[in-house]
Amino acid sequence: MSEFTFLFRGSDPTAQSPEEMQKSMQKWLVWFKELGEKGHIKYPGHPLERTGKVVKGKQKSVHDGPYAEAKDIVNGFTLIEAENLPHAVELSKGCPILEVGGSVEVRPIRILDM
Amino acid sequence: MVATLTRVFGVHNLALAEDVVQDAFCRALEVWKFRGVPENPSAWLLATAKNRALDVLRRQRTAHTFAPELGRLLDSEWTLAPAVEELFAANAIKDDLLRMMFSCCQPRLAEEAQVALILNILCGFSANEIASAFVSSHAAIEKRITRAKKLLATSKRLFDVAAPAEFAARLPAVHRALYLLFNEGYHGASAENAVRAELCHEAMRLAALLLEHPLGATPATYALSALMCLNAARLPARVDVSGKLTSLFDQDRSLWDRKLKAEGIRLLELAATGCELTEYHLEAAIASVHARAPRAEDTDWAAIVSLYDTLMLERPSPVVALNRAIAIAQRDGPERGLEAIDAIEDRDRLAGYPFYPAALGELELRRGRQKIARKHFLAALALARNPMERRFLQQRVGACQRGDPPQTAILESANRLQGEVTS
Repeated sequence: MSEFTFLFRGSDPTAQSPEEMQKSMQKWLVWFKELGEKGHIKYPGHPLERTGKVVKGKQKSVHDGPYAEAKDIVNGFTLIEAENLPHAVELSKGCPILEVGGSVEVRPIRILDM
Repeated sequence: MVATLTRVFGVHNLALAEDVVQDAFCRALEVWKFRGVPENPSAWLLATAKNRALDVLRRQRTAHTFAPELGRLLDSEWTLAPAVEELFAANAIKDDLLRMMFSCCQPRLAEEAQVALILNILCGFSANEIASAFVSSHAAIEKRITRAKKLLATSKRLFDVAAPAEFAARLPAVHRALYLLFNEGYHGASAENAVRAELCHEAMRLAALLLEHPLGATPATYALSALMCLNAARLPARVDVSGKLTSLFDQDRSLWDRKLKAEGIRLLELAATGCELTEYHLEAAIASVHARAPRAEDTDWAAIVSLYDTLMLERPSPVVALNRAIAIAQRDGPERGLEAIDAIEDRDRLAGYPFYPAALGELELRRGRQKIARKHFLAALALARNPMERRFLQQRVGACQRGDPPQTAILESANRLQGEVTS
C-alpha cells in the first residue's frame, strides 16, 4: 500500500445555488463513503478557503493570493491509500468535481523506508 | 434563521441576512463534503450563521446602521457578542419568527405576495418550489418575492409583536395568510405532491407558534388551527393506493389521522370562547361534523347546511354557496340541490372552476339524466387543473356512459376560489 494525496481544483463551489450545492454534497458523501468503506481513506482532509497569503523568497514578502485562474485554485485535499499510482488514479475518477469541470491531481507521497 | 438575522441586521438589511444564511449554508456543505454531515446539522448551521453575523457586524459596523433598536448594543465590542448570543437563543428565535410573520403580512402587500414571502423567508422554500405549489412560473414568483422584499426593506423596523393594539390589528391578516397557505397545500391547483403536503405542515407549524404567544392565542387562532387539524386528519385518505383522488364520501375513514382529529376537536372547543364568530369557526365546525361521522352516510347534513347558511351571512362567496347547495342535495335530494345552485346569484364567477360543472353533473346523474350529466362532466374535464382532477373527472364521464349507479362522488372543495379571498 502506498499513500497519495488528492488535490481538488475547480471553480468556487459556493457560487452554486443552494440546491445544486446540496446535490453536489450528496455526491461527495457517497463517493467518500465508498472510499472509506474500502479502506482507502488515510485522512479525509479539508476544504480550503480560496484565498489566503503567499509568502515569498528570502525577503519573506507577503502577498495576497494565490491569484491563479479560478479553475486552478486548490480547494481541498484528501490523503488516500492505494496499491499504486494507476490504482489511485482509478479511485480519483469517481470524484464529483470532475462532473463540474474541476480536476483531481493525484500525487504519490514520498516516503523513505528506513 | 433569516428571521433572526433580520432582527440583528434590521429589516432594511433583509438581503444581507439572506446572504449570511446562504453563505453559512454553503460553507457548511463544503465542510460536510469532506467530514460528513454532523449529528445535528441545524445547530451547526445556526452556529455558523451566528459567527458570520458577528463577522459582518464587526466588519461593517461603520458602514451600516443595523437594527436601530439594538444599535448601541451592537456598536460596542463589549456588548456585541453577548447581544448576538442572546438573539440566537431558542426563545428569541420563536419571537423572531412571529415578528417576521407579522412583518410579512404588511397591508401594503397583496395577499399572494404575503404568502409567497412567508414561504420564502420563514419556511425556506425556493422560488421553484413556490412556483410549483402555486402553478406559476419561476420568473413570476421570483418577481413577486423580490418586489415584496423591496417593499419590506423600506420599513424602518420589524413589526413589534409586544404592542397589543398593533398586534390585534395585524392578526386577521396573519390568519388569512396562514389560511391561504394551508389551502394552497390542501386544495391547490398543482398536482398532489410532497411540496403540497409541506405547505399544510408549515401553515400548521406557524399557527401553533401563534397559539404559543399570549396575544396570538385568540378564539380565531384556535378555530383556524382546529380547521387545519381537522382537514389535515383527512390527508392520508384523500389519495388512494393507486394515486387517485378520492372524494370525501368514498374515503376509507379508518385512514383518517385520529390524533389530528382529536386535536382539531379539542382546539375547536378552545375556540368557543368570547363572542367572536369567524369564518374559521364555521369552517372548522363543518369539518368537525364530517370528522364525527363514522361513515359517509352518517353525516349530519342538516347541521352542515345550517353552518353553511351562517357562513353565507358572514362571508358570502359563490363557492360557499355551491358547497351549501351540495349539502342541501345530500339532505333533500338532487332536485333541491340543483335549485339551490340555480339560485346562486353570482354563479358566473364560477365559470372557470371545474367543480361547478362537476357538481351539476353529479346531481343530474343522480336524478338519472345521464346525457346532461355527461355534458357537464366534459365541461368540467376541460377546466381540470392537474392530472389528478382530470383522472377523477374522466372516471365520472365514464360513469355516465356506462349508466353506473350514481354515487355521491363530489370532491370536497375549497370554500374560496383562488384569488377570491382578496375581494
